[in-house]
Amino acid sequence: MEPMAIVSIFVLSVFVGFEVVSKVSSTLHTPLMSGANAIHGVILVGAIIVADHSETNLELGLSVAAIILATINMVGGFVVTDRMLEMFKGNKK
Amino acid sequence: MNRTVYDLIGLAAGVAFILALKGLSHPKTARRGNLIGAFGAGLATLVVFFYSNEKSSLPLNNLGWILGAIAVGLVIGVPAARKVQMTQMPQLVALFNGVGGGAAALVAIVEYLNLGDQATTAVVVFTVFTVIVGCVSFSGSIITFMKLQELMTTRPVIFPAGRFIIAGTLIAVIGVGGWVVTALGTTPLLILAGLSLLFGILFVLPVGGADVPIVISLLNAFTGLTVAASGYVLDSTLLIIAGTLVGASGTILTRLMAEAMGRSLFGTLFGAFTAKPQDVAAVGEERPVRSGSPDDVAILLNYARRVVIVPGFGLAVAQAQHTVRELADLMISKGIDVAYGIHPVAGRMPGHMNVLLAEANVPYDQLQEMDEVNTTFGQTDVAIVIGANDVVNPAAQTTPGCPIYGMPILEVNHAANIIFLKRSMRPGFAGIENELLYDPKTMLLFGDAKASLTKVVSALKAL
Repeated sequence: MEPMAIVSIFVLSVFVGFEVVSKVSSTLHTPLMSGANAIHGVILVGAIIVADHSETNLELGLSVAAIILATINMVGGFVVTDRMLEMFKGNKK
Repeated sequence: MNRTVYDLIGLAAGVAFILALKGLSHPKTARRGNLIGAFGAGLATLVVFFYSNEKSSLPLNNLGWILGAIAVGLVIGVPAARKVQMTQMPQLVALFNGVGGGAAALVAIVEYLNLGDQATTAVVVFTVFTVIVGCVSFSGSIITFMKLQELMTTRPVIFPAGRFIIAGTLIAVIGVGGWVVTALGTTPLLILAGLSLLFGILFVLPVGGADVPIVISLLNAFTGLTVAASGYVLDSTLLIIAGTLVGASGTILTRLMAEAMGRSLFGTLFGAFTAKPQDVAAVGEERPVRSGSPDDVAILLNYARRVVIVPGFGLAVAQAQHTVRELADLMISKGIDVAYGIHPVAGRMPGHMNVLLAEANVPYDQLQEMDEVNTTFGQTDVAIVIGANDVVNPAAQTTPGCPIYGMPILEVNHAANIIFLKRSMRPGFAGIENELLYDPKTMLLFGDAKASLTKVVSALKAL
């Protein structure tokens, strides 16, 4: 990829990241942290790509470990965030 | 599937993540936001299996291993997330963050091994960054997990010449990082990973218990940045976008949390080096306290006009949220004005108490934030502090040099009467003695919060 394109994506993403959470109330700090935590679980995509590239047993072993860890991060993260937020929903009844 | 379609779907996932963060910032849209994020992540994962280019052909190599590993991750992750109790949620988030950082570091290491001599300098630099920060996030998160789970002391761990050891380790990490970039080799990279793991441990050990949530948030932002860097290494726009979003929003969130606790980020991370333990009142000193019975508490409440309930971690531990609501409803039926005073960092994480009370269907309008409720303690007859300590400790305002000095507190000391529900005289998470316990207008009710509250409820009903 063009270096300039990468820098642009990076800088714009930084500003979007700043902007979307800048006014969050302290009530939602924990679920937001947990949700953001789940989003970086998308490293699972990277783990699958390197598992596909793996040529030696060492590489494959490390990629398998990465996939397991990333899956825990992603799936566990979204499930736990949903559980936190489920309780907010019950409140409105 | 060709590259354009693949990239477009990746872009859609990136947009889903932005909408997810946006949704999570408002109570009404939070749950939907999380589901949108999960959808984006699921979509991005699925698409990888259908994309082929000059480097990979379909079906993916090692497909069995990949699917098996995902299954193992699901079997571990889902039950852990579903079964965890509300009290243990913060440490689970810390653990999930840590494994994410570990995964990013492993991905970078594998790609580095795989590329060998073909790696460009830029790729090696980003690999080094990912390995360092990912390993720091991994080992640091494990330490925060152990602190929150109370597998180790929650107090700052300070050892002789600690700051020199930490600084030395950091210099070594950077030095070896430079060595990897110039020399290119597996051994230097593994040494780098080892040193980074060590640095992560040393970095978190001196952080005091009450500051741990801020560190979790910071490590979360770190992991985001490592994911972005590995996105560069793997030429994946999606990983760059997702990682950068988390890195940026995580940084803001860390700052917001630090502000809510009245600390500078710098002070949190390096405060342990400057704190003078002798400024804190000696723990264990025998001093008279006034303890009461549930009947005494019920009588006090029965004749009050305004009562403020201040929940803390003890409420979560005792799972007393339903009982406390029962007490509040009973008082309201007697015409008493009842509010909950919510400290932003009561419990083990910001918003912990809101989540807990929401579970017991406590109406939103009874929850008052710190600034709002602090103006009313002067007119409050009784403040009931349930399993909270540090967030009401006046030492934060009166004792410069104590570890929580400067943290905004709920000023229950202005209320006419204070009731502390406590298990024992042990100090709070930050390990600081609370002068308020010895105040003549304070009454202590010892015991498990749920059992005590149940007794108070029946005593109040009998009146």
